[in-house]
Amino acid sequence: MSIAITPPRGNATGLFVSSGQIARRVLRKFIRSPQLVVVGTVQGAMFLLIFRYVFGGAIAVRGVSYVDFVVPGFITTGVLFTAMYASAGMAEDMSAGLIARLRSLPIPRSAVLIGRALADTGIQVWGLAVTVAIGFLVGFRVHSNWGAALAAAALVILFGFVFEWVFVLIGMFAGSAQAAQGFALIVFPFTFVSSAYIPVATMPSWMQGFAENQPITVMVNAVRCLTEGQPAEALLGHPTSYFVIRSLVWSVGLIAVFAPLAVAKYRRG
Amino acid sequence: MVLEMTSTLEAAGLVKRFGKTRALDGLNLTMQPGQVMALLGPNGAGKTTFVNLVATLIRPDAGTLQVNGLDVARQPAAVRRNIALAGQSAAVEPTMTGRENVIMVARLFGASAADARRDAGAVLEQMDLTDAADRQVRTYSGGMRRRLDLGASLVGRPRLLLLDEPTSGLDPRSRLELWDVIRSLVASGTDVLLTTQYLDEADHLASQIAIIDHGRVVAAGTPRELKRRAGRNVVEVRVRDLSSLDRVAAILTGIGDGPTTIDRPTHSVSVALSADTERIFAALRPLDDTGIAIDEVSVRQPTLDEAFLALTGAPKEEVA
Repeated sequence: MSIAITPPRGNATGLFVSSGQIARRVLRKFIRSPQLVVVGTVQGAMFLLIFRYVFGGAIAVRGVSYVDFVVPGFITTGVLFTAMYASAGMAEDMSAGLIARLRSLPIPRSAVLIGRALADTGIQVWGLAVTVAIGFLVGFRVHSNWGAALAAAALVILFGFVFEWVFVLIGMFAGSAQAAQGFALIVFPFTFVSSAYIPVATMPSWMQGFAENQPITVMVNAVRCLTEGQPAEALLGHPTSYFVIRSLVWSVGLIAVFAPLAVAKYRRG
Repeated sequence: MVLEMTSTLEAAGLVKRFGKTRALDGLNLTMQPGQVMALLGPNGAGKTTFVNLVATLIRPDAGTLQVNGLDVARQPAAVRRNIALAGQSAAVEPTMTGRENVIMVARLFGASAADARRDAGAVLEQMDLTDAADRQVRTYSGGMRRRLDLGASLVGRPRLLLLDEPTSGLDPRSRLELWDVIRSLVASGTDVLLTTQYLDEADHLASQIAIIDHGRVVAAGTPRELKRRAGRNVVEVRVRDLSSLDRVAAILTGIGDGPTTIDRPTHSVSVALSADTERIFAALRPLDDTGIAIDEVSVRQPTLDEAFLALTGAPKEEVA
């Protein structure tokens, strides 16, 4: 049997088309896995409700209502929990042989990682929208101005892109989706030992040292100051620009380390 | 007139190490255009490593490997435009439909959206998946997934198709269906390099077989040549009483062309015959005259173990 198929082309497929196709696949997979969408949303909502109504009463924050304190924490750390999905997805593709197939195709080798990063960033935007919506439902309000709030949203999307590289690298090393989920538990110390859910000042002093200087705290505080303005600045002891600049430096630094590592790992297979 | 043809594959002294293991240890192999070549060997022989080298997924540590005259180490991008890979696991996306999967791969091969759609339709038809084309792949059977995987690799119109254990893990019927598909590809002129652990699979599909063990080609030739060397038939006799096993073995050794194998737990003796079937009857007649109680006589093709034994002079575990 012979089939009429377009003859082979001389050149490699362009980066734009190939990244787009990869991104489309990752998004389709996400949208068509309702358990991921529903479980992710319910889980995020549940944690937010627990902190807002169960722990919230016991946590006093000077000058800012607890809901206004904690929702920026959830919005920012939500990025890490969504990124766990990227690492499981990458591990699954590696073990299913899909990455081997893609690496044997005449496409730029960077297309697979770029396509995935674009799609996962899209998924991050979805996760952000859900958390913000629930936040408003439980009483969160912006006390700065909407321009600053939009800047906060842009920062959160940037953080999502930053952690994408960290988690894709974890996914490639993990070998299986389950192992990737296991490794991704590293998000817990980083999110809980930070300023995301409770003020760092209530922690033992040795722990404060870690909490104050790790990137999640800086990122959460940047988002908190941008949405809550002066009361948050007073609480955290620094102006908004202090946290925003530091969070941008962390972002650039993390991408500079992890993106080349991920690309190198992908190239070597 | 002598036509200088470029080999589809030309491997010389190919070495690939993983840590201390030499997965390929000086492998030499030539594959001519218009062939289906089967790499036959046990697990860990180096088959998949070789396929991954051809697919440019890994790089050789020493030696050279050319695909249609292109060097895999120096011109990997050009090699990738000549080949397509279908691996041991069906590399398709379960949450996408069959058609979406093939279209995606066609687009990655560089087809325009319209061409990709048309080519996907043609490939799905060839793979007999038209009815299931718009269902998500997670509803497919194992055999359907393999056929889709094969179709996806064909959509780029490769000159050389690499099939790494294409039927492993499939039930017998799906295996036969996939064989039919692979044969139809061969008829349409695609060169195929496939790996398998099964002699019968290599026999059904390939025009050339290379037996690989411990990272080297230990024997190569057409299926006929190899089987002639391995013994064309194996006669196996199972006796009722263990005590008569040695007498039967002595008789079979007298007519056999290879070493006689005695398996005491199953009360059986087997020997390879390289010549025609008349010898089988000649062998059984004296057996009948002895009056030894025999439970079962079977004539079959040599197993991979026996082929190894005959072609390498050692059981496959012990080949150095």
